[in-house]
Amino acid sequence: MDRIKAILSLRGIGKRFYGNRVLSDVSFDVAAGQILGLVGENGAGKSTLMKILFSMPEIHETGGYEGSILWNDREVRFKGPSDALEAGIGMVHQEFSLIPGFSTTENIFLNRESLHKSVMTDIFGSRIRALDRENMTKLSQRAIDKLGVPLDPGMLVKEMPVGHKQFTEIVREISRDKVKLIVLDEPTAVLTESEAEVLLSSLRLLAAEGIAIIFISHRLREVVELCDWVVVLRDGKKVEEFPARGSSVKTIASLMVGREVETQEQAETRVYAEGKEEPPALSVERLWVDMPGETVRDVTFSVKKGEIFGIGGLAGQGKLGIPNGIMGLAPAGGTVALHGKPMRLGSPRTPLELGMAFVSEDRRDVGLLLDEGIDWNITFSAMQVQNKFLKPILGGLFQWRSDGEMFDFANEYIRLLDIKCTGPRQRVGNLSGGNQQKVCLAKAFALRPDVLFVSEPTRGIDVGAKFIVLETLKKYNSEYGTTIVIISSELEELRSVCRRIAVVYEGRIEGILPHTAPLSEFGILMAGAKDEGPKDESLEENLRNESLRNESLKNESPAAAVGRSER
Amino acid sequence: MKRLRLFFIENAVVILFVILISIAIPASGLPGKFLLQEILTRLGRSSFLVIALLLPIMAGMGLNFGMVLGAMAGQIGLIFVMDWKIVGIPGLLLAMLISLPISILLGWLCGSIMNRAKGREMVTGFILGFFMNGVYMMFALYAMGSLIPVMNPELLLSRGYGIRNVVDLASVRQTLETFIPLKVAGLNIPVLSYLFIAAVSAFIVWFRKTKFGQDMRAVGQNRAVAGAAGIAVDRTRIIAVIISTVLAGFGQIIFLQNLGTINTTNSHEQIGLFSIATLLIGGASVTEASICNALIGVILFHLLFLVAPMAGKNLIGSAMLGEYFRQFVSYGVIALALVLYEWKRVAQDENSRARLRGGRTDVP
Repeated sequence: MDRIKAILSLRGIGKRFYGNRVLSDVSFDVAAGQILGLVGENGAGKSTLMKILFSMPEIHETGGYEGSILWNDREVRFKGPSDALEAGIGMVHQEFSLIPGFSTTENIFLNRESLHKSVMTDIFGSRIRALDRENMTKLSQRAIDKLGVPLDPGMLVKEMPVGHKQFTEIVREISRDKVKLIVLDEPTAVLTESEAEVLLSSLRLLAAEGIAIIFISHRLREVVELCDWVVVLRDGKKVEEFPARGSSVKTIASLMVGREVETQEQAETRVYAEGKEEPPALSVERLWVDMPGETVRDVTFSVKKGEIFGIGGLAGQGKLGIPNGIMGLAPAGGTVALHGKPMRLGSPRTPLELGMAFVSEDRRDVGLLLDEGIDWNITFSAMQVQNKFLKPILGGLFQWRSDGEMFDFANEYIRLLDIKCTGPRQRVGNLSGGNQQKVCLAKAFALRPDVLFVSEPTRGIDVGAKFIVLETLKKYNSEYGTTIVIISSELEELRSVCRRIAVVYEGRIEGILPHTAPLSEFGILMAGAKDEGPKDESLEENLRNESLRNESLKNESPAAAVGRSER
Repeated sequence: MKRLRLFFIENAVVILFVILISIAIPASGLPGKFLLQEILTRLGRSSFLVIALLLPIMAGMGLNFGMVLGAMAGQIGLIFVMDWKIVGIPGLLLAMLISLPISILLGWLCGSIMNRAKGREMVTGFILGFFMNGVYMMFALYAMGSLIPVMNPELLLSRGYGIRNVVDLASVRQTLETFIPLKVAGLNIPVLSYLFIAAVSAFIVWFRKTKFGQDMRAVGQNRAVAGAAGIAVDRTRIIAVIISTVLAGFGQIIFLQNLGTINTTNSHEQIGLFSIATLLIGGASVTEASICNALIGVILFHLLFLVAPMAGKNLIGSAMLGEYFRQFVSYGVIALALVLYEWKRVAQDENSRARLRGGRTDVP
């Protein structure tokens, strides 16, 4: 590939959000007709980078960016997305921006319609002109042919299969005359295999016409297949760039998640369930959850009594939907059984009464009463659900709140969890993120749950608090035998606490791995690249050998043997 | 079979009313020719007002309860024309001309407020109607004759300022209906009224085909997407409301000249309610309405009013029932339409959720 004639060059791009560095010194080039694959985990900085390229308002509002963008060898500073469009850079977003009741053609030419001439124009402006539908259909058919997809220009978007919606978005971008570069953000995420195939071949067609493409995808197999060049981001830095030809899904996956961490600090912790043949505390079958952005389609797994079970996966794949569905915070269906007894889904009270508790990832809106004190927050659920912290008056005719008991209880947890505060009466809204998270945990502990869901326990909190939170979970598990399910985006964290980790991909469990499995295996599951084509047979074999080795090594732990067979 | 069911669900309201009427007509014992003449007259009287509602629905703003603002503007125009004693068609045209700037101003106000209350346009328009009623009352009952000179003392209350409760429109009464006299099979056809309605219909049809109309439809279906495509969402919505208000003003003038009198304090009050009910009975919904819905609605709604009192008298022995029925039906059908809309939306959500279940439908 000729890398000299770059159409777009990024030079030392960096970005801070409120003092947090999210991108530093990212540089790469894209040439005309080149397909560049941009890969990285969630939070690696891909979308921030694209926002910088399109000069989204939130970039300006947070203080701009470092480095420079060269477009056709000239440094540019776009004032907004429309400037970027004007220059010939198109973007196909992850979520559809289409009008459901409009036809393909109408959507493609939204606000760029061709119009009939009219005498009234001079008086009322051009918006009074009638639409020239014939011409619009002709033009859209031409653009559709250019992409080479089977789209009907007259079909309404709401009647289309998802794949066609995606095609419509792409056609809209290429129907602009000046377009030179198209950014596709996860274009195949919603497509079926055959649709994705059609899309990939049409992208090749576009590239052959000299249009440069930046292809962002978690489906690494497609990246290897389609792209000329691959750029891997991790933690806001460019880790590596190399030609896609000759690379493999495995290499990219391990670059994405990071290098092997040699030592596991697991040895010293004792997990309650270890070595015991416990019956399942929680079994979930064919669960679906309708949680916006975290859709769960078909999930089956079971957790043993006293186990710490991890659920990982990239953002938006549905891992957060699992606890929210089970705990009745989002519409859900399927079978969930607690100690073998099926539980009714759909009401938040049922699971709480059955002895389950949930530390939500959304601690400010779901987890806490921000305007109340620490003591109230910690004891609130237990009081509501289990009638704790109440004292009977007049032989039980009334139930009086026992403030003293609440105060003492809160004090105990402030000490245990090292919550930095002025006292149990301090407003929770004034605490830092880490301390708020500790209050959430204490609130769940106050319920003395049998099964505890902890969602994103360490999101947005500092290292010290992180350590305490994880340690407390482990301690609680080993002391009371509480079954804990941790849902987290941070693989390292899951691997340090859990014995078995399920990886969720596109609303399904892609596989369940022991914590000792190599990172690259996790990477492959997270990218949904488990079922490799014939090209990667050697890789498959490698993986199989590796997991066999793991299983033989870990024979003493039954958790490991469960492996992927559960799916 | 499924299609037939879908047809019944989609047109539930229309079918319900056809059934009601086909029971009530024989029970009322009213002659067919009388009913036909009444319907022809009422089509000319009310259709314009109902058609005025169409554009805001297209722009996704729901049923424009704010149309009473236009009706007020129309009445102010008529009052001035009565004062200046301009008769016949020129009087009506002048009234429309006077109402035009008032309607535009009120429409702009209404649209701007609705833009601040996106998603709650209907209740906002409803309350705005009540609020502007106060302003109108102050204008009609205080300002006219004291701040604004009124030459014709017959219009004024005996205290010297404020418009009388009833303004007689004798000088313009039914001029539209009689301007081109046409009798077919003994029935009077109000030709000029129909021409006005045809003109406004043609305007709506043409408007839908323009860039403006396209933008309005886009805004109505998804504000965010339309905005992202560079369409001026707020401006487009305001224009929809302005046009609706102006048309409502004209519609009110046509309506009142047919009746022949203005009830100064309450002619405009229920016009929003009745027009909206009419449109909904014609099969429109909160998000979709056509000229066809408007015309069918006028026919069904007024047929029911004509026959309900007599049917009520013959069946139960009380003619009051008819008037009671009119109110009941208007509010009822609006409530029904809102519930149906919400119900359809929930059903759609449920439907799209079905796809989540791993492609299986047998999971409970």
